[in-house]
Amino acid sequence: MEQLLTFITFVPLLGALLILLIPKEEERTIKNLSVGISFIPLLLSIYLWFAYDKAASGFQFEVMARWIPAINVNYHVGADGLSIPLIFLTALLTTLSLIYSSFTITRRVKEFFLLFLLLEMGMFGVFVSLDLVLFYVFWEIGLVPMYLLIGIWGQPKDRPQYSAIKFFLYTLAGSVCMLLAILGLYFYHGTFDIVKLSQELGPGKPLGPVFGGVSWLAIAAFWAFFVAFAIKVPLWPFHTWLPDAHTAAPTAGSVILAGILLKLGGFGMMRIALPIFPEQFWMYTWRVPIIPVLALLSIVYGALVCMAQWDLKRLIAYSSVSHMGYFMLGVAATAAAWGQANLRDAAAMASNGAAMQMFNHGIITGGLFFLVGVIYERAHTRDLQDFGGLSKVTPYYYGIFMVTALASLGLPGLAGFWAEFFVFRGAFEIIPWFAAIGVLGIVFTAAYILWKIIQYVFLGDFDAHKWEKVTHGAKLTDMFAFEKVTMWPLVLFMIGFGIFPTPLVDFFNTFAQALLGG
Amino acid sequence: MSLGETLQRLSPELILLFTGLAVLCVDLIWRNEEKKTLWVPSLALIGLAAALVATVLLWNTPSSVVLALMAVDPFALFFKIVAIASVMLVILTAVPYLQGRTRYRGEFYALLIFAGLAISLASSGIDLISIYLPMEFLSITSYVLAGYLRGDQKSSEAGIKYFLYGAVTSAVMLYGMSLLYGLTGTTSLAGIAQTLKNSDPTAQWLAVAAIVPLLAGFGFKIVLAPFHQWAPDTYEGAPTPITAFLSVASKAAGFAILMRVLFTGLLAFRWNLGWMAFLIALSILSMILGNVIALRQTNIKRMFAYSSIGQAGYIVIGVICLAMNVNNFFLGVNGTLFYLFAYLFTNLAAFSAVIAVETATGSTEIADYRGLVRRAPVVAAVLLIALLSLAGVPGTGGFLGKFLVFGAAIQLNTAQTLSLAIIGIVTSVISAFYYLNVVRYMFFEPADETAEPIALPAGLKTGLLVTGLAILTIGLYPQPFIELATRSVGMLATGFLP
Repeated sequence: MEQLLTFITFVPLLGALLILLIPKEEERTIKNLSVGISFIPLLLSIYLWFAYDKAASGFQFEVMARWIPAINVNYHVGADGLSIPLIFLTALLTTLSLIYSSFTITRRVKEFFLLFLLLEMGMFGVFVSLDLVLFYVFWEIGLVPMYLLIGIWGQPKDRPQYSAIKFFLYTLAGSVCMLLAILGLYFYHGTFDIVKLSQELGPGKPLGPVFGGVSWLAIAAFWAFFVAFAIKVPLWPFHTWLPDAHTAAPTAGSVILAGILLKLGGFGMMRIALPIFPEQFWMYTWRVPIIPVLALLSIVYGALVCMAQWDLKRLIAYSSVSHMGYFMLGVAATAAAWGQANLRDAAAMASNGAAMQMFNHGIITGGLFFLVGVIYERAHTRDLQDFGGLSKVTPYYYGIFMVTALASLGLPGLAGFWAEFFVFRGAFEIIPWFAAIGVLGIVFTAAYILWKIIQYVFLGDFDAHKWEKVTHGAKLTDMFAFEKVTMWPLVLFMIGFGIFPTPLVDFFNTFAQALLGG
Repeated sequence: MSLGETLQRLSPELILLFTGLAVLCVDLIWRNEEKKTLWVPSLALIGLAAALVATVLLWNTPSSVVLALMAVDPFALFFKIVAIASVMLVILTAVPYLQGRTRYRGEFYALLIFAGLAISLASSGIDLISIYLPMEFLSITSYVLAGYLRGDQKSSEAGIKYFLYGAVTSAVMLYGMSLLYGLTGTTSLAGIAQTLKNSDPTAQWLAVAAIVPLLAGFGFKIVLAPFHQWAPDTYEGAPTPITAFLSVASKAAGFAILMRVLFTGLLAFRWNLGWMAFLIALSILSMILGNVIALRQTNIKRMFAYSSIGQAGYIVIGVICLAMNVNNFFLGVNGTLFYLFAYLFTNLAAFSAVIAVETATGSTEIADYRGLVRRAPVVAAVLLIALLSLAGVPGTGGFLGKFLVFGAAIQLNTAQTLSLAIIGIVTSVISAFYYLNVVRYMFFEPADETAEPIALPAGLKTGLLVTGLAILTIGLYPQPFIELATRSVGMLATGFLP
């Protein structure tokens, strides 16, 4: 099991190659095979979850092999408390997406499943990479399948071609900045190794201060990384690709976009920006608080825009901007506490909260996008004004949606609550004024979820006549078995981690303790 | 050096020469048109393969000078490999392309082989004479090939335009060479370097004046702006295999000569108002102009012409950012060589796909690529890989090429080179837009109702698969290729150490 992470990463690639060999008419075989293959990394990631030794913490299951010795690039992978839950989340959401898609995708089946498995490989790769070049390669490789997924299977009325290229160019623009910063780090410190850079950089340490103490270079490199990740997170004002891409993508694509791809940005912040540039990060959260302000703008602006939406899918897309703002606030709080020993516990709290927000947002918003898919498959409309009173006709759907929406709102007892609680618990001690404004966001969130989603879609009387008119006579049925199968694991996690978040906290805490030092 | 050794060192060129002549003769004597269409290109390919083997066999012989005019060193051998490999791949794609377009096919292959021979000779030239003559040889064969389809107005226009621009720049370049000769009294590059080192500072201004016309001549072959004006029309009008040849092999030849002349003859004039400043200006202009104008193109061959200008701008960065430390892998020049190697397969893959579509539909409009993935999945997949490589997406050879040249620019850490790297990444984001625009047509747009699947001839399919796999291999396992490139410039690099 030494090569566990290698297996997890490349099993999807093997699966994609297998699918390439099957003739495209064999749609049933392709679907079953890809779902089957996606179970392998899922089971392996569950094993990884339990096999990781939390007491020892640090990177485990490490593999180090030479890849391009000429330029010191290694195949260096490893997993720690931060990446293991995210690897599990990736495997889980991919499997659920493939199950869901095997019932809903009818057009160009072979390509869809092939690309989806390639996408899965790219995502795993980012989470396990401990070498900057390897990280960059996986980061970009995932772009191509997602670009094609949005463009080919998007709904024609949502301008999928425009959204796809926008998504691609935004991410590319950010990541080429990151590439220059990666090269800069290499020429100053002679290594692409993330572990080395994050542990041995700093005054008095083996590699010396970052960029040899040349502060403008360090600042430029920090912002290059930060912008690359902020585009992906996405942070206001880099978020404009998100509503278009999320709305245009097919259901499974939106789930992965919101559930995992946004987390790649968040993961980059915590894996690379925080440990390698703590001083620069501190400078722009504490001395010149640009980053907390951007986080607040994301939270409040995102929530306000949600309230103005009439397209259900677009609304949920914007809610991601708002929710990832909490994540960013948590990271900002952690960064602001740099070098202040009395704030160490609060910083750990904020870091745990931010990481949990990533995981919980993945299962909750992933679930919400599935649920939008459920209603869209039936009604072929997402306009909130077309709905109303669905709770009477589709009670099962109402129940599942209710749990997910309330989890998104941050109701205590469901998973979303703990992440926000930890973030604010930490942030109030470190950057109290920003935290105080951030709490506003929770109020707005409650408003758009209860008023906009629950009230407009489910409450009131069901008007069969109006339904007939807007959907051209589509039949309104409650959830099918495959939809239930897709949603239940997520609902169970929302409830499970809502009641007992300890396993998750334990994982992220090993990362926070390592980050903040002993 | 004994006669035997001399012949052995010249074996690639000799094999190419005899193959070309044999192809001409066989085509002339043999009357059976049916069999000829298959066997003449096969004969050409066999001869080229033999020349390739001969080149590889020379790899471990110590560097030496033959006939006082030509160097046989890893640098020259690298470009011979590039030239021969690209001529082989171009012939593979040319076989189905020429079908039904012209009756005179034998000369076509022979001329291509002679063009390959010209590049082989040019890349070994260490004397202004032995550089100028093969360059003219290459130009003249290329003029004929560009205008090969006589009945086709666009092809004739391509040939004439190429000829007019080529003749002018060739004359200008010759003027630059005569200035150098007048200044130093010798045509040998080593002699020029030696004399310039000892000459007084005022005389050196004349050398700077000679650099400009020289760069015009090299820039013409490399397709650097502002010496690019011939490229869009010639790329669009020339037979597509020749467009592929011009964009790859002819460009590589330009780079070989550029590096040889600048590094062995004029290295002393690198800084201040030397060639570095001129090349920086040309590089910036090419990156911006090529990539921005390409955005508006609707014809794929024309789009690749502008893309080729932009790519030349990137590749030149490696030459500019030459680092002198041999133990370093970010030498700059090795990035240039690696980039050219990856670019060879990338562009040939792209043009093979263009030829496949053109042979079936007769169109080179980007709009006619709609729904290609349904009509010809292999063609669409390989073209996708090639376009991603051109855009510099990781996993492809094109990415590592950019990585190495931008890396060299950052390593040098001067204001000029850093701005080159920044302009480079900004323009490569811009370029992603027009490369992906083709992907958009191929994958997102549905095909016309009447569109039928595209049949793929065996030769073309081989070419597509070989180039597609090569792009991925270079991108995912680059170590041997980086070593190859570094070894090839290693001798040049030691040559100018004090």
